[in-house]
Amino acid sequence: MENRDPLFEVSREIVGADFQSAGDISGEVKKILLQAGFPPPFIRRIVIAAYEAEMNVVIHAFKGIFTTVIYPDKVHIVIDDEGPGIPDLELAFQEGYSTAPPHVRELGFGAGYGLSNMRKCSDTLKIDSHVGEGTRVTMDFLVKSQRDGAEVEK
Amino acid sequence: MVLKLRSDFFHSVLLDEEKCKGCTHCIRRCPVEAIRVKGGKAKIDEELCIDCGECIRTCPNHAKYAQTDSMDDTLQRFKYSIALPAPAFYPQFQPNISVGKLLDGLLKLGFHEVFEVARGAEILAEEIKKYLSLKNIPKPVISSACPAVVRLIEEKFPSLTGTLLPLDTPLGIAARIARMRAMEKGYRSEDIGVFFVTPCPAKVTEVRQSSDDVGRIDGAISISQVYSRIMNMLDELEEQKSLQFSSWKGIGWARSGGEQESLNEGEYVAVDGIHDVMSVFEKIEMGELSGILYCEAQACVGGCIGGVLAVQNPFLSKVNVQQLVKRYPEYHLLDDREGKELVREGVFRRRRPFQARDVLKLDTDYRKALEKYQVIEHILENLPGLDCGACGSPTCRALAEDVVREKAQEIDCPFLLREKMLELSREIFDLASKVPQTMNEERGKQTIESNQDSGTATGESGS
Ligand SMILES: Nc1ncnc2c1ncn2[C@@H]1O[C@H](COP(=O)(O)OP(=O)(O)OP(=O)(O)O)[C@@H](O)[C@H]1O
Ligand code: SF4
Ligand SMILES: [Mg+2]
Repeated sequence: MENRDPLFEVSREIVGADFQSAGDISGEVKKILLQAGFPPPFIRRIVIAAYEAEMNVVIHAFKGIFTTVIYPDKVHIVIDDEGPGIPDLELAFQEGYSTAPPHVRELGFGAGYGLSNMRKCSDTLKIDSHVGEGTRVTMDFLVKSQRDGAEVEK
Repeated sequence: MVLKLRSDFFHSVLLDEEKCKGCTHCIRRCPVEAIRVKGGKAKIDEELCIDCGECIRTCPNHAKYAQTDSMDDTLQRFKYSIALPAPAFYPQFQPNISVGKLLDGLLKLGFHEVFEVARGAEILAEEIKKYLSLKNIPKPVISSACPAVVRLIEEKFPSLTGTLLPLDTPLGIAARIARMRAMEKGYRSEDIGVFFVTPCPAKVTEVRQSSDDVGRIDGAISISQVYSRIMNMLDELEEQKSLQFSSWKGIGWARSGGEQESLNEGEYVAVDGIHDVMSVFEKIEMGELSGILYCEAQACVGGCIGGVLAVQNPFLSKVNVQQLVKRYPEYHLLDDREGKELVREGVFRRRRPFQARDVLKLDTDYRKALEKYQVIEHILENLPGLDCGACGSPTCRALAEDVVREKAQEIDCPFLLREKMLELSREIFDLASKVPQTMNEERGKQTIESNQDSGTATGESGS
């Protein structure tokens, strides 16, 4: 299954602290998936996870590359950033834990639910992080997944 | 499978070809990119149109119109006619004209009875409260009162269909109760005509799609039509307090924010104007606003008072709504018995299911669809990116999509056409400057020789 050729691939740059265009990449991913005709619940969980991951780079890192690869049986997303990295992953995954500064919280972010939402929405989630260097988030979404029935709550 | 009811293709926004000059105002304003200009005339794609009325609003030539029923025909069709005025009907008039008088006006116009949609709205509000208190409902719940918004979701935000409020609209509820009451008085259903006084084409479509039972709505008359007739008989209107059952609670639904006011304390958001509605839905899709309980969304700026068939400027009628809301502070609770009866009769149940309509997809096979998506990106690289509409499609991207869907050609873009013509004319010029072999011996020879050269001496290109 793994070695099937990708049907589609696109990479975009994320600019840290740019709240104007924040969300554009997730929006584009949504549009691609809609035009491809994937089922709406499948698209919904990808878009939620993609947006959380995109925002984490905008909020917490300096810049990043967001890559979406569509395979016949899954959507694969990799977000590679240059940033401070995450020193304690277990802590970061805790709901409600956030290091977002006050001006970011004023915009409505920093509730500390992003990572756990990404975990709930994806079929696999992998995070490689090096303090002082950056973070790589890898997520897979299987077309035939049992998660599509469940609703995600924040 | 998408169920295709015949009425799915009914639309109440229509084009007057005579008046259409083929300008491009409407195509760029349409929120779902449903309009193209072809052969000098606008064409509305029925599969995409959501009846929001933006094109009616924006057309400088008044070539778009909403199909409504004429009041005179309407009143002749049934033995017993009931008018259902929209909440947005009242604030068209100066607030010193009471609701009782306006309802009397409807009777004087020839209706036998009135039932206020505002009353339907406040009864519905109680049911919404119950629904919102359920556990495990997907949030935010999005109001399904505006049919243009519902259709927008079904088409452009299919993953949000599950969050739409699964209850009937104030209109649907009012219509059902009105007919039930008339039947209790002894009229046969086929003799009862139920007519909505509508602020917009989207509601006309809702009327046309109403179910064929007690919920049937027999026609839609525009607010503007009724308005002018009532204005002509203002002096004759009598205060008939007994006709009015609505209060601030339902009357407030005429404008954006009225729905949330009629509910309990909580986190709500109210958004109006179809383009702003879309930007909020984008956010909801991305999981923002998940702390919000209920999202009130209306296609028209200001809410239903901004409907294209209303007459008053929505900012002025908003002031009128505020006055009316103050004037009628007393909400009449449904008595228990009546409330139970309505639930038993299924008055609140939504008959027409919400259906994600995958009109955006490029192909039924997603591999092919993704290939087409890449072709679109490729075509886009060659287009100027001006989104000028001169090709008849609203944006360069829309043209590229139309090409892939085989509904347009790249050279519909005048800039691309010009480029192609330039290329062609260069080629023609080049060709014209070449003289046929038969006419120029030397040149002819040269060409033949050089052909032979290249045939034998490849690789000797260092000279
Ligand atoms: N790409 C990243 N680079 C550096 N730190 C990160 C990154 N992503 C997450 N973190 C750290 O992990 C914490 C938790 O992340 P999470 O996404 O769960 O919450 P948040 O971004 O703070 O708030 P929310 O996502 O609810 O708006 C963040 O506050 C931050 O300290
Ligand atoms: S907001 Fe009201 S008037 Fe406007 S389209 Fe929706 S239902 Fe009709
Ligand atoms: Mg986050």
